[in-house]
Order: sequence, then C-alpha cells, then structure tokens
Amino acid sequence: MGVIDRGIRSIFLAELVSGMALTLRYFFRQKVTLNYPYEKGPLSPRFRGEHALRRYPNGEERCFACKLCEAVCPAQAITIEAEPRDDGSRRTTRYDIDMVKCIYCGFCQEACPVDAIVEGPNFEFATETREELLYDKEKLLTNGDRWETELAARLEMTAPYR
Amino acid sequence: MVEFWWTYIWPVIWILLQILAIVVPLLVGVAYLTYAERKVIAAMHLRRGPNVVGVYGLLQPIADGMKLFFKETVIPSGANRIVFVMAPMITFSLALVAWAVIPLGDGLVVADINVGILYLFAISSLGVYGVLMAGWASNSKYAFLGALRSAAQMVSYEISMGFIIITVLIVAGSLNLSDIVNAQKESVWFIIPLFPMAVIFFISTLAETNRHPFDLPEAEAELVAGYFVEYSSMTFALFFLGEYANMILMAGMTTILFFGGWLPPFDIAPFNWLPGPIWFIIKMCMLLFIFLWVRATFPRYRYDQLMRLGWKVFLPISLAAVVIVGGVVLAFDISPLANAAASK
Repeated sequence: MGVIDRGIRSIFLAELVSGMALTLRYFFRQKVTLNYPYEKGPLSPRFRGEHALRRYPNGEERCFACKLCEAVCPAQAITIEAEPRDDGSRRTTRYDIDMVKCIYCGFCQEACPVDAIVEGPNFEFATETREELLYDKEKLLTNGDRWETELAARLEMTAPYR
Repeated sequence: MVEFWWTYIWPVIWILLQILAIVVPLLVGVAYLTYAERKVIAAMHLRRGPNVVGVYGLLQPIADGMKLFFKETVIPSGANRIVFVMAPMITFSLALVAWAVIPLGDGLVVADINVGILYLFAISSLGVYGVLMAGWASNSKYAFLGALRSAAQMVSYEISMGFIIITVLIVAGSLNLSDIVNAQKESVWFIIPLFPMAVIFFISTLAETNRHPFDLPEAEAELVAGYFVEYSSMTFALFFLGEYANMILMAGMTTILFFGGWLPPFDIAPFNWLPGPIWFIIKMCMLLFIFLWVRATFPRYRYDQLMRLGWKVFLPISLAAVVIVGGVVLAFDISPLANAAASK
C-alpha cells in the first residue's frame, strides 16, 4: 500500500502541487511590509536616534560642561571645550559629536546629570557628505529646539523607570 | 522606377515593419515581465515589490533600463574582447530571431515556414552558444563554471523536449506551427490527450531557460551570477533581455504546442469575441505566471539531481511517450499524416 501510495503521489507530483498551492495562498494574503517612506513603524520612547542638546524653559542651555558624556563615550565621538562665561557660569564653547563615530549606545544621555544631551526619536538624518555628519554645538542646539516637545514627552514617559 | 519600388524597396520596408511590430511589443513585454516577476514573487513573500517609481511602480523597468544604459561597460583585462562583446549580442538576437515563426493569430506570422518547429528548436539550441562564449571569454572561474553547467543542462533537457515535440508532431501531423494550432482547432487542445507530455515539456522549458528550480548556471549562492558575472551595463542588459525573451518564447511555444495557440478555449459566443492574438497573449501570460510562481515556490536542484531528472526520468518517459502515442495513433488509425496521404 505504502509503495503504491507513494508511487501515485510522485507520478502526480502531489508534493509539488501542494507546495505551489501554498505559495498561491500566500500570493493573495495581506502584505506585511511596511510601506516605509509613507508608513512608519512604532518607536519605543527609549529609541536612541539623532542627538540633541536641550535648553531650560527660559532659553538657557542645560549643558554646563561637566564632560561626563565625553568621558563615558565608548566611541570617543564627543569633544567638549569649556570656559567661564561673562556672567561667571560654566558653559561649553565647543560641543561636537562625530555622528560617524557614534555607536548610538545612549551612554551620554545616561551620564548627563541635567538631561542636556539626549538621543531623540529621529533616525532619518542621512546626508550626502560625511562632513555634514560632524555635528557642532549649534546643530545640536537647533535639533534640541526642533524636537523639544517630543524629547520632553519621552523623558517624562521613561522617568519612572530610571 | 515604380516597378523597382514595388519589387525591391517595398518588400524590405514591409518586412522591417513586420519585424518592428514583433520586436517592440516583445521588448516592452520583457521589461514588464521583469516587473511582473518582482511583483509576483514579492506578493508570494508577503512583500510589496516595486511600488515607488510611477503608479504601482509601473515605471520601474524603465528606470532600471535607464540605469543600465548609462552605466559603464567594463571589459575585464583578461577577457577575449571580441567574443566577450559578441556573446550577449548572440544571446539577445537569437531570442528575437525565433519569433519569426511564432504565429500570433491565424496567418499572423512573419515567416510561415513548413519546418517552423525545427527552426524554433534549432534557434533555442543555439542559445547555448551565447552562454558558452560568455563563460569562456570572461576568463573568470565563476563564469566558466556557470557556462559549463548551462551547456550540459541545456543539452540534457533538449533531448526530452525533442521527443515530446515528436509526440505532438505525430498527433498534429505537421511541422508548421500554424498547422499544429489548426489541428487543435479540429480536435481538442493537445494538453488534454498529451497531458503528461505537456507537464514534462513545461518543466524542460524551465531547465532550458535556466529558470528556477534549474537555475544552476547562475546559482548566485555558489557562482555569484554564473556566466554573466563579468558583464556590466548594456552587455548585461542584453543577457537579461535575452533570457526573459527566451522565457516568453518558451511560453509561446508551449502555448502553440499544447494550449491551442490563438484559439479561444471554447468556440462559442463570449469567448470567440476576443481576437486570436489576445487569446495567445493571455495564454502566454498564464504560463509566464507559472514560471514566476515556480520560482517563488521551489528551492534550487542540486546538480546531480538535475542531471538525474533529465537523463533518468524525463528521457525514458519521453521516449516511451513517442512509442505509446505513435502506437495509439496507428492502432486506432487516426494518424493525420496517413489520412492526408490516403485522401490524396
């Protein structure tokens, strides 16, 4: 019986036909691909994307040049230079992040005592030249201003777990 | 002067127009076959396929063509330049030349020759030369291995294809493709009496066109891309076009031999409203869909399995088919050839 059964199955290509029936069923099924540039997947509030330097609500920059982020950065992508400002407060004169070196580990935002440097939700900052990825303080502050609402909301969402 | 025009100039123009009328739609068809392939396989993988260039990605093949056209043609320093450049041209032109004898409708054929099917078979066998030349001239081990595999594979499967064509000839009683289709008009489509042969023929065409699951010549996992690894730009595009034109050709051949060419499935009102060429194209599209469907379904054969299937399964079956079909035709005295001879 087994031999006959197997013989008939192989003569009528039963397995090939059942395989093709399966792919045909998949053909009509709902597609699972995200239609990327038009649709985007959900992002965790802890997603570590493009960096931003935040300000206090009164417009004063948060960073006071403690250089903890520079020290903790495993890729040594952060360069900070600091000087006392005219009013005597400690502020950075230079805050550069080499986005090419950065490994997006998030240690800088963990190290920051005042939540000044944070990694935002933006991951679409590809550029045409390498130089554009060497971020300076001005670029980072602009990012902070642009994303502030979102950054604050994300910090609030993750605050209970820190 | 007028006579000169009608005897010499006009026929040339007429033939050129006929060729254009075949080649231009064929090339558009090839372009959209690549699109259809990407879409169909994507759908079976639950992906979307190209959908950004134009509406539903319909301009994607044009974008791809432009890209290939503007790329640089790289000729490897170790290559034999002349043969290297000739190979894609041969592949491509052979894929187009075969269309001369394919009847798209009743009488709609460029060259209605009486040995049409032999011509088709000869041309599709010549296709292996393009592949071999490409593999040899590239002076690259991957290309050479791909070419060797391809040559062996095409030779093996051509034999069983040949025998299956003979069974069709026995039943149809003619080598002329139009006559083969007309024989199916008088009886039934040959897929019904010759179903097993049609299946073997279709599988052999997959092997003949180096399609999945027989795409060992270009097995990308082992041979990078097979015989056209070293090709770039338009030389690559010609191989690509030739390969897809061959797929369409093989679908056309299967349509003519087994699916009644331009005939509607039933010769009654709603079906015979559509003109013949449309039916021909519909049938070819169905077959091409199966080509793509097979590609999305099956994994690649191992080389010894491929050879075993060709020589130890298909060859005996097709040989037996010739004997059985011939025997049946003789026993029941339904041979169209003998009947035609008797009625003379």
